[in-house]
Amino acid sequence: MKAYDKVKIARLATRPTALDYINHCFTGFIELHGDRLFADDKAVVGGLAWLNDIPVTVVGIQKGKDLKENMERNFGQAHPEGYRKALRLMKQAEKFHRPVICFVNTSGAYPGVGAEERGQGEAIARNLFELSRLKTPIISIITGEGGSGGAIALATADRVWMLENSVYAILSPEGFASILWKDGSRAEEAADIMKITAKDLLELGVIEKIIDEVPGGAGEDFEFTANLIKHSLLEELPKLMAFSPEELAENRYKRFRAFGVYSE
Amino acid sequence: MTLFGKSKYTPLVNKIFKKKDEIVIKKAVSVSAEGEKEVFEPQKTEVKAKCKGCGTEVSKTEAGRYKICPKCGKYFRIGARERIFITADKGSFTEFDANMTAANPLSFPDYETKIAEMQKKTGIKDAVITGRCKIGGCDCVIGAMDSSFIMASMGSVVGEKLARAFEYGAENKLPVVLFAASGGARMQEGIISLMQMTKTSAAAAKLSEAGQLYISVLTDPTTGGVSASFAMLGDIIIAEPKALIGFAGRRVIEGTIKQKLPDDFQTAEFQLAHGFVDMIVKREDMPGRLAEIIKLHYGKGGKEQ
Repeated sequence: MKAYDKVKIARLATRPTALDYINHCFTGFIELHGDRLFADDKAVVGGLAWLNDIPVTVVGIQKGKDLKENMERNFGQAHPEGYRKALRLMKQAEKFHRPVICFVNTSGAYPGVGAEERGQGEAIARNLFELSRLKTPIISIITGEGGSGGAIALATADRVWMLENSVYAILSPEGFASILWKDGSRAEEAADIMKITAKDLLELGVIEKIIDEVPGGAGEDFEFTANLIKHSLLEELPKLMAFSPEELAENRYKRFRAFGVYSE
Repeated sequence: MTLFGKSKYTPLVNKIFKKKDEIVIKKAVSVSAEGEKEVFEPQKTEVKAKCKGCGTEVSKTEAGRYKICPKCGKYFRIGARERIFITADKGSFTEFDANMTAANPLSFPDYETKIAEMQKKTGIKDAVITGRCKIGGCDCVIGAMDSSFIMASMGSVVGEKLARAFEYGAENKLPVVLFAASGGARMQEGIISLMQMTKTSAAAAKLSEAGQLYISVLTDPTTGGVSASFAMLGDIIIAEPKALIGFAGRRVIEGTIKQKLPDDFQTAEFQLAHGFVDMIVKREDMPGRLAEIIKLHYGKGGKEQ
């Protein structure tokens, strides 16, 4: 399968959403709203839940199921208040020693006037800064599109996993082709060289795990993938919870500190 | 692309070398494309650069030390070495990681060639220069990005040099002053470029945890991934007048909202009005203002060494 075929699956309207996974993997989900500064961004959902017997904080970027919901959810493109809500909930998780699980599916942070006026760059930067040293475990799962800064703002984690047909990139293949070759129609070619598939990113060490999907994608058999996610979380979280808060933060620092290829 | 046109030589604004423990800046040395050192002969007829603000043709002499258009006051973009030259106390700069150069993490076609061409054209190895210096007598770590090098996009070299600069500040209890300028991510390094956002932000957090001061100076342009990482994380954030500062590109936003944006959108002044920078400081006042701020944190003599 070509990289761009995965891009197409990742973008399918039938792709399961963050709330689908949250409702399947956890029980007793209580949604919490607002960033306490400006608004409640519906492109980001978050709250408290149980993973079996473990209380957790969950955060996800939420796309809509139909046009009406997508208008409400801004097609899963968060504003600064979305990232600030996510950060508020994660700081709260740190305070109460709850692990954090993030579900990421966004084409990117919203490029709009209000977003710029309220500091989209600052909001993402602040998340990177704070999450890099958050003293509680964080696992992020990219379930569809992992679009650039808008994705890494929720993927500065101890473990980053990807669904088999998700993609994670600096920019959409269309944007990439238009910047480098001034020709957005060469997206397929761009997708091939960008290294955006789960397999490529596992090889590069950007992610730790690939979660399988049935042929055609997670929308074809939601429970298959959702069960694998739950199983993986139950396996990995206790391991992370065994580290001291300081060790966790230091290991996370080292995880990201190691990225980069250069000669000197 | 140098500001004042092409010359046969790749100018190194300050060729720096070490003499025992002392660092001196030697001027008038240039390295030709073949790498031979030669004494730089000033061009007989001065090449003029066109001001992007008012269109006036300005000569190097007219633009002066701070590269300001004498007619409209707009700043010309300046390179990393020039920035350090006008900021650091004379002879005080020692460069870190001077030979670090990009590799090709994604085996991206022709990336090595592009890097080699840019190195030849600009005389620098990648888009940031870092080191240690004094500003107004105060010891600090300094970094300056150079938009003439692939729009100062952030790849592994930029990320690594900045992370090391923050770590050096944390370990040696020194303030860090960074002059940001960037078009965003280094496309050719793809996802590895994205990871530099967290890497540099995490390193800024390390400095912060070590209780040290970080002053971020936003210059034209500070956009994309750099504006969404270390550049926005200063304890104190300063901008140069009229600098373009923002996350999403103007054309992307206009394409999304189907409207034309006002001229002052995403300027330094816009960011000041919206609460994202502490102050706007003129280029010619910058070293003095940086020193004042550092002294307020490290004592009137700067850090005692």
